[in-house]
Amino acid sequence: MNTRPGKNAFVVFIHKLGSPPWFYQFAGKLIPWFWALFIVLTLGGLYLGLFDSPADYQQGESVRIMYIHVPAAWMSMLIYGAMAVMGFVALVWRIRMMEILAMSSAPIGAAFTLAALISGSLWGRPTWGTYWVWDARLTSELVLLFLFIGVMALYHAFDEPRKAARAACLLALVGLVNLPIIHFSVKWWNTLHQGSSISATDSTIHPSMLWPLLIMAVATKFFYAANVLTRARVVLLEQDVRKAWVQDAIDKKTTPLQKEGSDS
Amino acid sequence: MNPPVHNTRVSRAFFALLRRDLLLAFRRRTELLLPVMFLLVVVSLFPLGIGPEPALLGRIAPGVLWIAALLATVISLESLFRSDFEDGTLEQYVISGHPLTVIVLAKILAHWLVAGLPLVLMSPLLAIWMNLPRPSMGVMVASLALATPILSFIGAIGAGLTVSLRRGGQLLSLLVFPLYVPVLIVATGGIMAAADGLPYGAFLGLLTAGLIASLTLAPFAAAAALKISLS
Amino acid sequence: MLAVSQITLERHFQPVFEPLDFHLDRGAVLLITGANGCGKTTLIRLLAGILTPTSGTLLSSAQGTAYVGHSLAIKDDLSVAENVRFVRDFHDTRRHSVDEVIFRAGLHRVAHQPARTLSAGQRKRCALVRLLLIPAELWLLDEPYSSLDDEGIELVDGLLAEHVQLGGSCVLASHGRHRPGIKDRTEIELISGAHRL
Repeated sequence: MNTRPGKNAFVVFIHKLGSPPWFYQFAGKLIPWFWALFIVLTLGGLYLGLFDSPADYQQGESVRIMYIHVPAAWMSMLIYGAMAVMGFVALVWRIRMMEILAMSSAPIGAAFTLAALISGSLWGRPTWGTYWVWDARLTSELVLLFLFIGVMALYHAFDEPRKAARAACLLALVGLVNLPIIHFSVKWWNTLHQGSSISATDSTIHPSMLWPLLIMAVATKFFYAANVLTRARVVLLEQDVRKAWVQDAIDKKTTPLQKEGSDS
Repeated sequence: MNPPVHNTRVSRAFFALLRRDLLLAFRRRTELLLPVMFLLVVVSLFPLGIGPEPALLGRIAPGVLWIAALLATVISLESLFRSDFEDGTLEQYVISGHPLTVIVLAKILAHWLVAGLPLVLMSPLLAIWMNLPRPSMGVMVASLALATPILSFIGAIGAGLTVSLRRGGQLLSLLVFPLYVPVLIVATGGIMAAADGLPYGAFLGLLTAGLIASLTLAPFAAAAALKISLS
Repeated sequence: MLAVSQITLERHFQPVFEPLDFHLDRGAVLLITGANGCGKTTLIRLLAGILTPTSGTLLSSAQGTAYVGHSLAIKDDLSVAENVRFVRDFHDTRRHSVDEVIFRAGLHRVAHQPARTLSAGQRKRCALVRLLLIPAELWLLDEPYSSLDDEGIELVDGLLAEHVQLGGSCVLASHGRHRPGIKDRTEIELISGAHRL
């Protein structure tokens, strides 16, 4: 038996995370903080990015799309990775909370991927003179979007929620193994075909542009954390609606007056 | 009462299954022709849609042949586990005590022999139709021979995940096409390199590596997918 | 041979049946009864390892398990003999010959016909008699008597009696009135835990 306190605390924490009532309360406490941090950081980052940083000498004002595009693209990949890793844990140890978190991540990841694609093509208009170029980055993002859509479509195709989550988690994991191969093959394909791509972010970046970018990158992480926990809480309530702890949670939220109203 | 499962017993099960699946395919031999006919029809649509100009056809030939092969494979994959799932044979595999990965491997091999190999054999004819440059003919056949099994292996995961769904076919293609992107890129890249007189060894090497990787990893994922579908 | 404690399975977060405890000895038969939809098939599939329990434990010391469910695992395009031979080759057993097994089921007249031409009762016999070719101590039979005539029911009872005599065990689910004539026989009536609205 290992009785090191550090390990014990960690094991206890993981165990607690798997318990729906505890997770519900714990996440409920974190969510307001995450939203607050997201709003503060986003306002700060956007102010610095949109008003307090210089325009690019080549691209002009359109470079400011970067403060949305690049964090969104980073998040799309990070969320896919997080989803697949949580899916792996869910499959191996059959932890329901992990299934819920992985599946709650998919729509957020897909939304970030879509945001990266749209901002990328808007950025492409002034830079390349067209909305879409089969540039390596955009193409990779497009394939990533297909992977997210596949996971979500599979999840919604099943009738039984646990089975659906396990199937979709497995698909996410297979996608994760493939993702680096897809990424490098698309990059290679791009050089192979000598596309007209002007890499938009390969020039060295000035600190006045780097700071807002980094702040936005951190802000999007808090957005993801707040969003995924909120979604997971809703899914938990839906799934456990007939269990006692959900009734308790609802009772705590409703005042006696509201209860009377709902009874009549 | 019984000896534990030995390797010889597992290999007997593997060959029994392979033999039965080939026999079943032979009983329905008109269906065997469907993937090949599909390939033929799809490829013939391209000259009709684009125009018969030989130089243009030759340039797009690698992509056209490969995309058609990809579609033909995915369409045939839908039936990979379907009948075993519906008639209860899949449950018998699970309970037999034989490793499900080995069973999946036998199923995929049988499937490739009846659905994948004919595509490879048919491809030179299609290459002539599409005016594929002569020097790249061999590479095209080699790329199909090496990489259609990769499509079968990866596709088996998707087939396992969707087998319990009523309309699994369309979903299956949505799930596996993104995973096929690297195969498509490397295979067509190799054929184009050969057409331009460039070295193509690296491309075939990559496909071989992909074949070995998918051979070792995909059966495990497909077996896990089948277990989920049965639950 | 089988020890089950507090086992249950949830579908849509509702237990299919109340948590269940039982154990099964060597040479014993357990009969699971209950109304339609009470979870008999689910329980058998849990014991078979096809489903994983949501909670509870299941310990099996059986050398091999065989299962005959609602889907009989018979290939319509193969003949009866080919269907039986596949099971023998797949399990690599030499205890009985294919002809012997087919004769036992009374299917020798149709042995070389495609299985698609068989009646429901004949299919059932074909599936059940293949148990002789599967090296398994534990048999899990889901409604083995359904769609069988008197002769078929006798066949099942005969197979069961031999299996038990050799030290094998069996769990069988049935909603009918027929009971196999085995001495060491216990019954569990399954009561549904989920009352769907």
